[in-house]
Amino acid sequence: MPKTLAIYLMAGREAPALAEAAVAGGADLVEIGFPFSDPLADGPVIRLAGERALVEGMRTRQCLECLAETRERVDVPLIPMTYASLLDAYGYEQFAADAEAAGATSLIVADLPADERPELRRVQLVAPTSTDERVRLAAETTDGWLYLVTLTGTTGARRELSPALAALVERARAATEVPLYAGFGISTPDHARAAAEIVDGIVVGSRAVEVAERGPRALTEYVRSLRAAVDA
Amino acid sequence: MRTPGVYGAYGGRYVPETLIPALDELEAGWRAAVDDQSFAAEIVELGRTFAGRPTPLTRAHSFARDKRLYLKREDLLHTGAHKLNNALGQAVLARRLGKRRIVAETGAGQHGVATATACARFGFECVVYMGAEDMRRQRPNVERMHLLGADVRPVEFGTRTLKEATSEAIRDWIANVDTTHYLIGSSVGPHPYPEIVRELQSVIGQEAREQILAVEERLPDAVVACVGGGSNAIGIFSTFVADQEVRLVGVEAAGAASLGSGRAAVLHGSRSSVLADEDGQIADAHSISAGLDYPGVGPEHAFLRDSGRASYVTATDEEAVAAFRRLARTEGILPALESSHALARVADLDAELVLVCLSGRGDKDLAGVVARGAS
Repeated sequence: MPKTLAIYLMAGREAPALAEAAVAGGADLVEIGFPFSDPLADGPVIRLAGERALVEGMRTRQCLECLAETRERVDVPLIPMTYASLLDAYGYEQFAADAEAAGATSLIVADLPADERPELRRVQLVAPTSTDERVRLAAETTDGWLYLVTLTGTTGARRELSPALAALVERARAATEVPLYAGFGISTPDHARAAAEIVDGIVVGSRAVEVAERGPRALTEYVRSLRAAVDA
Repeated sequence: MRTPGVYGAYGGRYVPETLIPALDELEAGWRAAVDDQSFAAEIVELGRTFAGRPTPLTRAHSFARDKRLYLKREDLLHTGAHKLNNALGQAVLARRLGKRRIVAETGAGQHGVATATACARFGFECVVYMGAEDMRRQRPNVERMHLLGADVRPVEFGTRTLKEATSEAIRDWIANVDTTHYLIGSSVGPHPYPEIVRELQSVIGQEAREQILAVEERLPDAVVACVGGGSNAIGIFSTFVADQEVRLVGVEAAGAASLGSGRAAVLHGSRSSVLADEDGQIADAHSISAGLDYPGVGPEHAFLRDSGRASYVTATDEEAVAAFRRLARTEGILPALESSHALARVADLDAELVLVCLSGRGDKDLAGVVARGAS
């Protein structure tokens, strides 16, 4: 089975073109960040990108429009990633329905653990700190694949791939047969290659957001380097 | 209240999954502590021999002439505010959980000083996040924290105040959750924090209730407290909630009225009434009082507001400063600007016997009040 390569981009004027560039480089899935003013799960790169997007006027409706424009340009699954306060204000069901209508394949809500708002269908996250019981709960309720947070911390590039990932993969495999995608701290082709050996997909966020600031061409090249590593 | 941590439509645990096991562990540790008499005994002993409990109840004879006004003197607690009740209690809890590194946020610095004090006493490593703007405004408290051995880390982004400091403290906790206890400073945050902070602050209400019954032989008509995150208010309200004849009045800063002009939103781990826009983005608060300068509030206050059991009003910066000056002149007490908001609404109350929580002392606010000129 080829491994899935997921790329995270912040919603914004450039996002549809950047998503197209990421897919041209070999991305199989694009996460689109809907910015929140107080993003607890995010390190500085995504936090700053979110601040800029909010200044640019990327509120929920504009983000949904960005999603729809992106959908017109690419065929891969698109997944909004955001925080609960946006859904609370918009209405959880309405948000899910309007995101789907705009072309979303699923949702990720970074501060909504599996037992909070269980009726909302979404990709669940598990972390190295999650108990086996919580890994099972998340796996049973997740939408399509399970997001493994590789490390105990916030988003952002790290020098090494987290040594905690292997044990988390082992526990998740024992609990479920759903595909496992690893994210947080994966930024280089070496990380991508090492992670892809043990999981079904990888998610690259902060470094992709940084490279995207240099434009679509740079992003395509960067994603291509990850693709080659993942397929090796 | 059916589910622990749920206050009507508010509360919950809106945090990254990474923290959930730590919150479960904290809740289990808290339940075990509550069932363990030695935990309560240690907190009582620390209060008596270290913090200065019980604090007095003072009759204010001149501040409001047509009322019988009593002040619960948390300003006389060690470190100068009620914050130490919570910091000491959570430090004992952290030791029971085997955590020896403490992370906290602070706005005006009162919770940071209380936390640094508790950490010095317990031999814990202490990291306090503080907005760079607040560090500039509250320099003496930064120096206090340094002297107490705390590592004060400036937060240089966003509003550079309490909101961002809280987010950074939570991010630190996410990264160091195995070794670290997050010592939150108010009755906010994910479950079980609002409950823990309420219970640790309820000593204010327990003492005040006994003290006022001893002198007046009846309960007060109204209990008044300032509300930022709401910990001193929930602490004094909690022992009067069952007494329907006692009015509970919370006073918010007019520019930070999370209950008066907020809407349901999710901030720092719980759903509550928050200053937010229609998209759920959190707005900035504005108050002369750094301790009230926060866009959120504890979920239990939102519940008490909706249920009608407590009412929430506001005081402006000018009204708070006027009340500060008036208490100084009439009673010989310099109140914190936070507590001055509660004092500012006393005159309007249709109540004769009034109990106000004087949550802190005003030394930290002298420069700000003096800068506003003589009254």
